[in-house]
Formats: sequence, C-alpha cells, structure tokens
Amino acid sequence: MAILARAKLAELAELLPGAPALPDYTVLRGPQSGLVMLRGRAGGGGEAFNLGEMTVTRCTVRDAAGGVGHAYVAGRDGEQAALAARLDAALQSPALHDTLEAQVIAKLAERQAARRRAEAERAAATRVRFFTMATMRS
Amino acid sequence: MAYVAVKGGERAIDNAHAWLAEARRGDPAVAEIGVDQIEAQLGRAIDRVMAEGSLHDRGLAALAIKQAQGDLIEAAFLLRAYRTTLPRFAASAPLDTEAMQVRRRISAVFKDLPGGQVLGPTTDYTHRLLDFALAAEGIAPPRAPRADVTDETIPSVNAILAHEGLIERDAGSSGEEPADLTREPLAFPAGRDVRLQALARGDEGFLLALGYSTQRGWGGTHPFVGELRVGEVGVEIVPPELGFAIDIGDVSLTECQMVNQFAGSRSVKPQFTRGYGLVFGHAERKAMSMALVDRAMRAAELGEDATAPAQNIEFVLYHCDNIEATGFVEHLKLPHYVDFQSELETVRRMRADADAAAIREAAE
Repeated sequence: MAILARAKLAELAELLPGAPALPDYTVLRGPQSGLVMLRGRAGGGGEAFNLGEMTVTRCTVRDAAGGVGHAYVAGRDGEQAALAARLDAALQSPALHDTLEAQVIAKLAERQAARRRAEAERAAATRVRFFTMATMRS
Repeated sequence: MAYVAVKGGERAIDNAHAWLAEARRGDPAVAEIGVDQIEAQLGRAIDRVMAEGSLHDRGLAALAIKQAQGDLIEAAFLLRAYRTTLPRFAASAPLDTEAMQVRRRISAVFKDLPGGQVLGPTTDYTHRLLDFALAAEGIAPPRAPRADVTDETIPSVNAILAHEGLIERDAGSSGEEPADLTREPLAFPAGRDVRLQALARGDEGFLLALGYSTQRGWGGTHPFVGELRVGEVGVEIVPPELGFAIDIGDVSLTECQMVNQFAGSRSVKPQFTRGYGLVFGHAERKAMSMALVDRAMRAAELGEDATAPAQNIEFVLYHCDNIEATGFVEHLKLPHYVDFQSELETVRRMRADADAAAIREAAE
C-alpha cells in the first residue's frame, strides 16, 4: 500500500496495460477526498502535537474475484485512489497476485527506489569534506 | 463592534471582481502562468503558503498563489478556508523525522558528526547578486552532480547531544491526545502542544522578528543551531476499517533543533536546553524562528523571568496567526458608518462643552 500510495496516476496508467486486466469491480466507498492531521513530537521525541493537515483521498472497492481493496493516497486524485484500491483488491486474488506483483508493484517499487537513490546521491555530492591545514615544521 | 447592514453596491462589487480577474491575468500578450509552473518553480512560496495555510498540498497552494496574485497571506487564507470543506479521516502517527530522506542537514555545533554536513540545494553561499542569465529564457541549468551514498540514514543530532547529559532530553510521551487549535479555541495556560501548533502555522515575518528580538537581548537565550534538516518524511495512519498502520505518502518538512545555553535554576542544573521548530516544506528561516520562540516561551517552565515579548505566551499566541491578524486589521475597511457617527456625535459634544467652559473661564 505504501508503494501504491506513492504511484502517480500517469505511472499506473503506463504500467497497467502491460499487466493482466483488473477484474470488474463495484465501488463501496469514494473516491472521497479529506484530511489527515499530521503530528510531530515536541523536541523530536517528546509529547505529540498537531503540526497541520494534508489532503488525502480514499477509496474502497470490491472486485469480481471477491477481494475488497482499500486505498488511502496523499493528494486529491480520485482516479489514482480508485486504481490503487482496485489493485489492492486484485492482489488478494491468488490467480493475479504474482503477475501483478511482478509487472506493476515491483516496477513501481524500483522506480521509487531509484528516485530516492538519485535524491540521496545529489545530497551526498553536497556533503562537506573538511580538510585541515597542516603546518610542516621540522 | 456594530456592523451596519448595507444594501447597494452589488453592481460596483461585480464590476470590481471582473476587473480583479482581468488584472490577475495581466497583459494578454504575455503567456498565462500555469499552476504547474508555480508548483514546480516557486517552491519556497508554495512551502510558505502550505505552512501558514496549515495544509500540505502543493497543487492547492499553487492554485491559491495564482488566485491571490502572489499575495501569500491571502493564499494561505484561501487554503484555510478550503480545508474547512473537507472531512478529517484520521490523525497520523507522530512523524518520524529521524527516518527523513534528507536533502539537507547541517549542524553548527559539531563539525564531524555521523551523517556529516550535507548542504543540499541551499542559497546560503550565494552572493546575492542578481543573476541576469535567469532573465533570458531557455538556458538549461547545470545538472546537479551525484556522489556515492555512504550513510543510508542520518541519525538525529539529538542522540549525539544527549550523550553526556549536558543537554536536555525530551520529556517522553504520556500518550495523551494533543490539543487541536482547529477544533478548540485558544485557551490559557497553553501547553507546549498548543504553542507548537500555533507556531507551526504562525506568520514567518512575525516569528522571525520575535526570534531576532531574543538574539538581541529581549529574552536572550544564546542559541546555536544544533541541527537543521530538510527532506521528506513518510506519513502513517491507522484507518479504523483496516486496524493496522499504512503508509499514505510523503510530506516535505524542515526541522530545527536549537540548542541554548542555560545557567540553571533552583530545580534544574546548568545545561543546554532546546527549542524546537518543525514546518512544512523547505522553510529554514521559519523553522529557526519557531525554535527560538518555542524556547523563549519555555521561560516560566525553566524558572527564568519572563520579561520580553517573545517569552510572553499570550502575546505571542494571540498575535502570531496572520489569518486572524489580517482579518481583524482589514475588517476596518468595512463600513463603520454608525460607529463613526456615534463617535462624531461624542467628539462634537465634547468640543461644545470645552468651548462653553473656555467662554465661562474668560468671563470670570
């Protein structure tokens, strides 16, 4: 679900045609946009406090295979939430699980890891290498 | 405050709105700015609007900035108004800033610390000379160099600082639900949870000035930047229908640990104390100001005399919210015809009384 929550609609739309078709489905709830109150901790590790909210969209579907899929994704994209919920449902079907895992989820995970790695590498390039001036005394 | 129901002016208002829309668009010979361009290229404005609008959503912040013609307080106001139309699904687990995907992380107190000094995309070392190359469009920026990653996670400087017991530790968590300013009005005494929430969405300029005042001796605390980190943090919620924690995406945050010299008091030994700043987006000035003011407001808790404005909790909390402040200041533009009429009557009567008294005095 963490991987699907970070998958943009365009990415899902790009990967899904290469995977088996998702089963027909009925929407049980949503897609509905709302808020999640984000909490921090005083000092980083103390008492919780309310930092501010973020937008979140949720959706629940039941598909023809009988799986109930849930999605909570950051932002306001209803289509993304609906697709994520359908994938969550389809992944519960033993017939579909392995192919979807390999052709959609694994690829999304790979892309997300590559983005994180690229960010970390750019940060690493700005890490300061201190050097000390050594005086040569005989 | 008495308001008068004023009728009329509808046409003038409609026409004013039409002109506003035209003025917002500007010269039609110049291409219209896209919300996606604002989101991608005016990142610091987006961050400020999200922080003061208290709503993390880059797309909405970009739209608000476009609608407000770049007036960031007005844009934050638009976000605050929009959030009231949405239901709240849940509160997140406290964000784990230690697990942040760090873009920038510096410490001004330790040169060599685990994870190192990571500058990130900073303006700190630029010369503040206008770059006219930016005025010429179509020049591609250089590609940011990359280097091998040595530390997968960058430990918080807190742990390092607490090592010798010379630095105040976090109090630990009682697990109590924190107060929420969006649900209950501000009340005093205000706990640190309320104070931090108010500061996190408070006006950057106001907090900057108050933080600056503490450095200049108005409640001085001799601060050091223990750590400043900027990056993305995953958000976890536990939806009731699932009953287990799920990760719903990332938010960008700036966190500041300010370390302050503390001479000690009757109850606390001399040590370093800490002020804390946590803000949406890349907002170092705001996070540092928040940490300075958070520490200043802890004066009473630490047995210090609270004499300066930044240490006065009621003063800070009542005035740090720019949406409330702008509402009360700008409402003065609304019709006060009756208020003013009554004041006019009073002043006329007082003047007549004074004139009469002067004539009586002259006659005596």
